[in-house]
Amino acid sequence: MHIELKDIHKHYGPVRANNGVNLKVEAGTIFGILGENGAGKSTLMKILAGYIRKTSGQILLDGHVVDYTSPAIAARLGIGMLYQDPLDFPALSVLENFIIGQRRGLTQSNQSFCQKLQSLADELHFALRPDQVIRSLTIGERQQLEIIRLLALGINILVLDEPTTGISSLQKEVLFKALRQLATAGKIVILVSHKLEDVEQLCDNVTVLRRGKVTGNMQAPFDAQKLLKMMFGQIPSTPQCGRITPGKTALVMQGVSASGGRAGLEKCSIQFHQREVIGLAGLEGSGQGVFMRVAAGLKQPVQGKIHMYERDVTDQDYHVFKDYGGMYVPASRMEEGLIPSLTIAEHFALQVSGEFWVNWSKAMQKAEDSIVQFSIKGQKQTLVASLSGGNQQRLLLSFLPSNPKLLLLENPTRGLDVESGHWVWRHLQKYCRTDACIVFSSSELDEIMMVADRVLVFYNGRIIKDVPTCETSVEELGRAIAGKI
Amino acid sequence: MTELNLTILLASVVAGAAPIIFATIGETITEKAGLINLSLDGTIMLSAMVAFVTAYSTDSIVLGFAAAAGVGALLAATVAVFSIYLNQNQVAVGFVLTLMARDLAYFLGNPYSRLAGPQAAPLPVPLLSKLPIVGPILFNHYWPVYLSLILIIVAWWYIYGTPEGLKLRSVGENPQAAFARGIDPRKMQLFSALLGGLFVGLAGATFALAIKPGWGRPQGAEGTGWIALALVIFGGWNPIKAAMGAYLFAFLQVIGIYLQGWFPSVPAQVFQVAPFPLMIFTLMIMFFAQRETAQIWAQNTPWKQSLLKLLAGNAPACLGKPYRPE
Ligand SMILES: Nc1ncnc2c1ncn2[C@@H]1O[C@H](COP(=O)(O)OP(=O)(O)OP(=O)(O)O)[C@@H](O)[C@H]1O
Ligand SMILES: [Mg+2]
Repeated sequence: MHIELKDIHKHYGPVRANNGVNLKVEAGTIFGILGENGAGKSTLMKILAGYIRKTSGQILLDGHVVDYTSPAIAARLGIGMLYQDPLDFPALSVLENFIIGQRRGLTQSNQSFCQKLQSLADELHFALRPDQVIRSLTIGERQQLEIIRLLALGINILVLDEPTTGISSLQKEVLFKALRQLATAGKIVILVSHKLEDVEQLCDNVTVLRRGKVTGNMQAPFDAQKLLKMMFGQIPSTPQCGRITPGKTALVMQGVSASGGRAGLEKCSIQFHQREVIGLAGLEGSGQGVFMRVAAGLKQPVQGKIHMYERDVTDQDYHVFKDYGGMYVPASRMEEGLIPSLTIAEHFALQVSGEFWVNWSKAMQKAEDSIVQFSIKGQKQTLVASLSGGNQQRLLLSFLPSNPKLLLLENPTRGLDVESGHWVWRHLQKYCRTDACIVFSSSELDEIMMVADRVLVFYNGRIIKDVPTCETSVEELGRAIAGKI
Repeated sequence: MTELNLTILLASVVAGAAPIIFATIGETITEKAGLINLSLDGTIMLSAMVAFVTAYSTDSIVLGFAAAAGVGALLAATVAVFSIYLNQNQVAVGFVLTLMARDLAYFLGNPYSRLAGPQAAPLPVPLLSKLPIVGPILFNHYWPVYLSLILIIVAWWYIYGTPEGLKLRSVGENPQAAFARGIDPRKMQLFSALLGGLFVGLAGATFALAIKPGWGRPQGAEGTGWIALALVIFGGWNPIKAAMGAYLFAFLQVIGIYLQGWFPSVPAQVFQVAPFPLMIFTLMIMFFAQRETAQIWAQNTPWKQSLLKLLAGNAPACLGKPYRPE
């Protein structure tokens, strides 16, 4: 079995998301697709999965041209995809999510689906409970379910779009093991990523995309420097980490407890200073999210005291937090930070307009400046929904005020490629120099070690570790995240 | 002074709720797939008129019901086609349609106003109707009332117990994901609109041929559609809970009639209108039950938690958001 893409084009008006892409993948291999944000990786894979239609080009399965118009038909040909933003049903149970879309015999009971789910999960060492509601699962568990579901459909070609974004290192290990197992069993695995280390760990071959075109191919073992050059045109520079002496206390919490998330927040006491960068580590939903929402005044604590720059802000709301120079950037950029059906310019119009009328000329000017300054790949009139994930993140960051005092950032570089990630940090460090305190959460320990001065590890709603980054290591933090101090 | 006879009171609640149940469950089915059919109130009026006129001209109750169901499905199909395939705003289309259908019903039905027409005969269930208490409450009614009781169970089973129902819910939760799994969200929404509309039509026929027999202006069914829309929310998009809401509303209406007899000095309109604000009040309680403060209030107290669970109910995640294929 092998699959070949020939001269694939996908045009959105003037945008060439894919511009003549060719690739070929053999059975039993894990194939990597690398590329910076907006390179066209997702577009290409959605075409392969039948989710969107190509403008032109051919797909050949075992040498025969196949043409399909929906993911369901693609699935019948054995092609299945795990999408970048999970396409599942948060309100339904694991079992229901598993069943939807499976063909069923007239007499087939839910029980038999349940058994199938269990046996596939066991095979790949995934722990899933059929009666759990999807909403209460981590991203990693949702992925596992989706993989199992695709396998139950009889998939031979499995495409995964950025599967390592937002999952814990433990889940990543489980995932990679499962993917190797599938490749050994003769399936084709295609892994889309912008992280070199994923590809280095897992892939046999890799193709690099840039601006909708293939810029190179490579076989394992990989030369990281060469790959970076193919991805970005040049090797991106890393952010400088000059350690600065901390200033006044910016945020103090004393015995703060709050509900929400999977674990809530329990008896949390911290003290953050000006010019400090603090990384929050922990499995998704271990309390970091609630911590930030409480600090930002979006959620009221059940008990405890909160001070911000020596003023009591306990039980105050987000407006007070903002008035005192605070800024909160949530992880779910589409749900809380951006409005998908508005254009870039309209977002700026919301920011700059007064009480009564829209100041379009100012909004347009600001949009134009920000597109250049933040190198957003899009135009003023581009709908935010059609920006690539990385560019949405840049847009969100461009809304930050020019001199914030306290920044709370949830996964600020989630989904960003190395260059964009470094770019974001270089940008954020400017705030630090102007006396801000930056608190951010991240699932990447490497990122925390690189940019943070201090790290807090959350486990089940508690802070179980609070150390300067220079006195700890990735291994030690990894153990703490799993609850072993 | 009117005697309060509990058996009779409950029996009239069961009968009076029948059309509301048809409408509420019809709308629940439609909304489960993510589509809001706002034309309910007008649809009930038009289908009531058509049911009466058909039954009057053909002397067949069954034909009257069938014609009403057809009208219901047709109006629902209009909302569905305009919003799903022609990209029109479903709220606007539904709203305009509800006004149009009501006026059309008054206009076309005018010649048949206040005529004595056929109506469904009471149909006691043999044996069961002889049971003490339960017999008169549940088993001594017109046949549409039995149908409404059966519909509650069947609708619940369809939505939560069958593969088709699962598909329906999946479209209401996330049409993009449903599409990725081989379901055509637009077809599914059209189908759910047709099915729901059919029951809304039956609601109209039940009014005109059984509960408030005859046609006229006013007919007596006015406003039911809006209440049904609220009851869908009240029921948290669950047909059984929605039906309970319908019974609650019918109870308020029936008790109003009794109260009118007991307090003749109070204007009759007060008792006729009272159920509506009371319904809004209950909706508010349900809304507050979902607030976080309510969760904290219920912490560690099992009965409070089960109460909140009963009151809780989430709208389909993509309700009212039109699905556009990529
Ligand atoms: N529906 C759309 N309409 C217009 N432009 C689009 C649409 N979808 C994608 N694009 C554009 O196509 C380009 C490629 O997007 P794509 O999502 O494939 O990037 P990507 O490589 O997956 O990036 P990321 O790493 O950020 O996910 C981007 O410039 C994006 O703005
Ligand atoms: Mg992508």
